[in-house]
Amino acid sequence: MTDITNLTLTELVKKIKSKEICSKDITSNYIERSKSSKKLNTYIEETFDDALANSKKFDSKPDLEKKLPGIPIAVKDLYCTKNVKTTAGSKILENFVPSYESTVTQNLWNSGAILLGKLNCDEFAMGSSNETSHFGNVLSPIDNNLVPGGSSGGSASALAAKLTPATIGTDTGGSIRQPASFTGTVGLKPTYGSCSRYGIVAFASSLDQAGPMTRDVKDCALLLEVISSFDNKDSTSIDFKRPNYFSHLNKNIKGKKIGIPKEYRVEGMPAEIEKLWENGKEYLKNCGAEIIDISLPHTKYALPTYYIVAPAEASSNLARYDGVKYGFRVEGENLIDMYEKTRSQGFGDEVKRRIMIGTYVLSSGYYDAYYLKAQKVRKLIKNDFDEAFNKVDAILTPSTPSSAFKVGEKMNDPVSMYLNDIFTVPVNLAGLPGISIPAGLDENNYPLGLQLIGKPFDEQGILNIAYSMEEKINFKLNTSDWWIK
Amino acid sequence: MTIDLKTVKHISKLSRISIDDQKAKKLEKDLNSIFKWIEKLNELNTDKVEPLTSIAETTLRFRKDQILSKNIREDILKNSPKDNKDYFVVPKVVE
Repeated sequence: MTDITNLTLTELVKKIKSKEICSKDITSNYIERSKSSKKLNTYIEETFDDALANSKKFDSKPDLEKKLPGIPIAVKDLYCTKNVKTTAGSKILENFVPSYESTVTQNLWNSGAILLGKLNCDEFAMGSSNETSHFGNVLSPIDNNLVPGGSSGGSASALAAKLTPATIGTDTGGSIRQPASFTGTVGLKPTYGSCSRYGIVAFASSLDQAGPMTRDVKDCALLLEVISSFDNKDSTSIDFKRPNYFSHLNKNIKGKKIGIPKEYRVEGMPAEIEKLWENGKEYLKNCGAEIIDISLPHTKYALPTYYIVAPAEASSNLARYDGVKYGFRVEGENLIDMYEKTRSQGFGDEVKRRIMIGTYVLSSGYYDAYYLKAQKVRKLIKNDFDEAFNKVDAILTPSTPSSAFKVGEKMNDPVSMYLNDIFTVPVNLAGLPGISIPAGLDENNYPLGLQLIGKPFDEQGILNIAYSMEEKINFKLNTSDWWIK
Repeated sequence: MTIDLKTVKHISKLSRISIDDQKAKKLEKDLNSIFKWIEKLNELNTDKVEPLTSIAETTLRFRKDQILSKNIREDILKNSPKDNKDYFVVPKVVE
């Protein structure tokens, strides 16, 4: 039998349903591989003993009707897991053990999945390289000393290194799609309101979404089907009829109109990304889709808008970490002194920087000039997409303006780090679904991704287009296992 | 517009994050480079644009005013750095 960790999620489900393999075999294989992959620093918290016990429990009375029967899954450490430490990559939460479970992870366990552990991420999901985590940076399995992207960097790395059959990340400005692109994996950010935000450590509430990260599009459809649900506990959860994304997955995209936004051809974009995009158009034409040039004129304002809106919301969300309720406290001379010391020592530099940006743009005298202005530009960006979707069914763009970079390369220049998310951020601002699929390699053999952006709630549409392209692209992720001792 | 050291210290006070002079100087540099880049938005005339406050654009749902989580005091207090079994304990606020 082939090595269990080489199988896709869908293949695992099939084999467990046909009783070819059992949950314990799968779980122990993943645990063993994870244990020999410490060098990547993907896990913050390992729950291997519980996972093994749960897999045996599953095997003793297997419910094979479940969608993820006995499948072990490691998740981003931004999801609150009951009685399992949840840190969000921050020192301020290093001892926080939630007494509740996030809805998205609860959906996983209700479908038969088993928690393998909690995966590293940028602190409070603020970063594009997984270098801001209090628990150290994550390495990409693609090459030595390469970042996996961020903020769901531990998730992307663990997935690409085959330490988990699939995983879930969160995406506020590209945190699922950018690391997926950097590691040659598939990542989908659903429409705002599709997946519940209940129990996800909040970063920017009007932008945050949970989403699947998988090895192929089929797995992505299956995992999305499991985690997407209406939830009364999230006031912005949207009650719409969620299709069975997995069973409705098909390659019939004949006649679909795909928009190519001219504004995404940014200055200084490497020729190989340009070529990747051209190839993408060809694949789509070969599948019978129609390519249409479109314009999203306010694209260049998306990142500056994001860097007002997201920090503003973050400064408000992170006000709760005051040294009283979440485990970490530095004593002070008085209450205010305690707050200031706790937050100064508990938060890392990037988080402090964003809290301060947010505090400034919301402060008296600057609110109109910055925050209100950004909300108005956000409207213009959304209008661009609304107009484009009158003409097209989906939009094709590169996922990132470059391939993965070296550890430390962009840490001293925040703006150059922020520019990584230039193609992903507009999608969050407009609340749309977006998927990144691996589409090729650069000159160093580092993966490059293409992004498909869909109409609100048309996850099925972009999944089907991605599914068709995936077959034509025929991308194979090759890692040499260089990190294994 | 530039952000001077005094403003940085004022923002840090508002943010309840204490910073030393060295950190303040670094932040002054970072914040200025970020805000210089953000100023790009001023190229746009947005006088007649309505601000987008929520992407869902729906009114928030009402729910019944009922308690769903009962008897969780102990669970919640488990994460407190200091408590007296019934309450969170903080430094004295009122003299």
